[in-house]
Amino acid sequence: MDRVPVLKIGDMLLVSIQVDLSDRLASQLQEDLADRIVATGAHGVIIDITGLDIVDSFVGRMMATIATVSRVLDAETVVVGMRPAVAITLVELGLALKGIRTALDVDRGIALLRELRATTDEASVADDEAEPAPAPAT
Amino acid sequence: MNESGFGRLTLGYSALTDAAGSRDERAYMDDKSGKRLASLLAEHRDPVLEAWATTVRETLRGRLARAELSRQLEEIYGALQSALEGGAVAADDPAAAELRDVLAELSRNRARQGFSASETAISVFGLKDALLAVLPTKDREVLADYATFSLMVDKLGLFTFETYINARDAIINEQSAQLLELSTPVVKLWDGVVAVPLIGTLDSARSQMVMERLLQALVETGSPFAILDITGVPAVDTQVAQHLLKTVVAAQLMGARCIVSGIRPQIAQTIVSLGIEFGEIVTKANLADALQYALREIGVDLGRARRRAATVEG
Amino acid sequence: MINAEPVGPSHSLPIAVDDDVVRVRQLVRTAAVATKLSLVDQTKIVTAASELARNTLIHGGGGRVEVQPVTNGTRRGIRLVFTDEGPGIPDVDRAFTDGFTTAGGLGLGLSGARRLMDELDLWTKVGEGTVVTAVKWER
Repeated sequence: MDRVPVLKIGDMLLVSIQVDLSDRLASQLQEDLADRIVATGAHGVIIDITGLDIVDSFVGRMMATIATVSRVLDAETVVVGMRPAVAITLVELGLALKGIRTALDVDRGIALLRELRATTDEASVADDEAEPAPAPAT
Repeated sequence: MNESGFGRLTLGYSALTDAAGSRDERAYMDDKSGKRLASLLAEHRDPVLEAWATTVRETLRGRLARAELSRQLEEIYGALQSALEGGAVAADDPAAAELRDVLAELSRNRARQGFSASETAISVFGLKDALLAVLPTKDREVLADYATFSLMVDKLGLFTFETYINARDAIINEQSAQLLELSTPVVKLWDGVVAVPLIGTLDSARSQMVMERLLQALVETGSPFAILDITGVPAVDTQVAQHLLKTVVAAQLMGARCIVSGIRPQIAQTIVSLGIEFGEIVTKANLADALQYALREIGVDLGRARRRAATVEG
Repeated sequence: MINAEPVGPSHSLPIAVDDDVVRVRQLVRTAAVATKLSLVDQTKIVTAASELARNTLIHGGGGRVEVQPVTNGTRRGIRLVFTDEGPGIPDVDRAFTDGFTTAGGLGLGLSGARRLMDELDLWTKVGEGTVVTAVKWER
């Protein structure tokens, strides 16, 4: 059975969709990504849709789900490479893709993920410092 | 026949079947009409071509080279002979397909060269007189054949007229499209910032073009920022305002940010009164402010650049 | 009724399995390119076709699509006809409302397609089936 390949780059996963996605392939990708995030402990997911000439409601929903599931698994998702015609069509379709981060290309996507990760790290460090020191043992 | 010609050809086709009115050229013919006409044309080829060329040259008044015109007429003549030999006696006969192609090509060329529709059609009609001049008109059968021929040429002339019109329409549309593109300049203001300064009235077609050009520029230049400057736009209606909004949202979907600058007070009021939510979209009073905002977001510190330049000079 | 005259041959595909939706997209894309629709319009019609094909498959229990180049006298276009003999649509108004997040609803299929296409016509009868006709014209 053919699947969309998922590549590991550092602590990020890169998915480059080159083919016309059937619903079955899209659902399979969703599952595979979740598995791989857990298996690799990745903190970022980049979905490269440069090769997609359409994004319909199913693919849109898939990407939104991937973003949500990833976040639960402590990974941020960025969708990159959306074609202008696709963006125009999505706006017309009324698919806002809220909650999905986007970037122009893979490089910027990686930069964005690093930025987001840094902010998360800062936040957790701040949380650690904010915790009261443990009470001295009596 | 190329693809875009096909649709036009179909429309010209209807002229062939509608134009006859109540006369049916087939009423004048018998089985051998086509072949007899073909041999008539073959027999009198040189004088007919000469007379035809003379007539047409007079109408075109030297705007087409003699040799080129002769070549065109010979091509039509040859195609007409083939059509007749193939049994065609009506302009819309399948056997006359090649002839129609030749005429369509003629129309397109004439349209491009700036000849009028009549001048183009006359190039075809002129054949009738040329042939009549050499025919033994006392012969009843010959006259009947000529009548068929005449009707056929009439229809072919009309067909030529119609394809000329379609070709000219196509040229006009092409020019309109080019004009539309020229009036929508996309400029790269900085590494990572493109701008579309709009001037004049925005209609639906233009704002659609602006949207497509801007988004395409984002991809091509890899710019995360786009500035849509409407300082030079006097007014917008609902449709245009919505197109602008869609442009901003589409840019966002692609991973870029679109700043709208130069919104005049009247336009701001129109947008609000139309109930359009401009929400999170960044708007700035003018292009300069928008550029400054974008640069700051990118992280360009103009202050440092100025100081460095001063140090070097000092 | 949609005013559209056929121009040239139509092509038809069955919609019975998941992969058929991809084939429908490819067929519609080819037709859109042949009719010289702009890139944006091509994208819109293929996206609409994808939505409608999915509807036919999932809610209609499978069916067919017919792709026909048409003309309205002055402009060329493409007509899509999706047919199924499924359960039909009991509440047409609700089917056309945006059901992106509605579980079990028809999703964005019909409302989305209506936004992307220039004309959309729906015939449906509970227990008999559904026919969706949609046309996209060149600009």
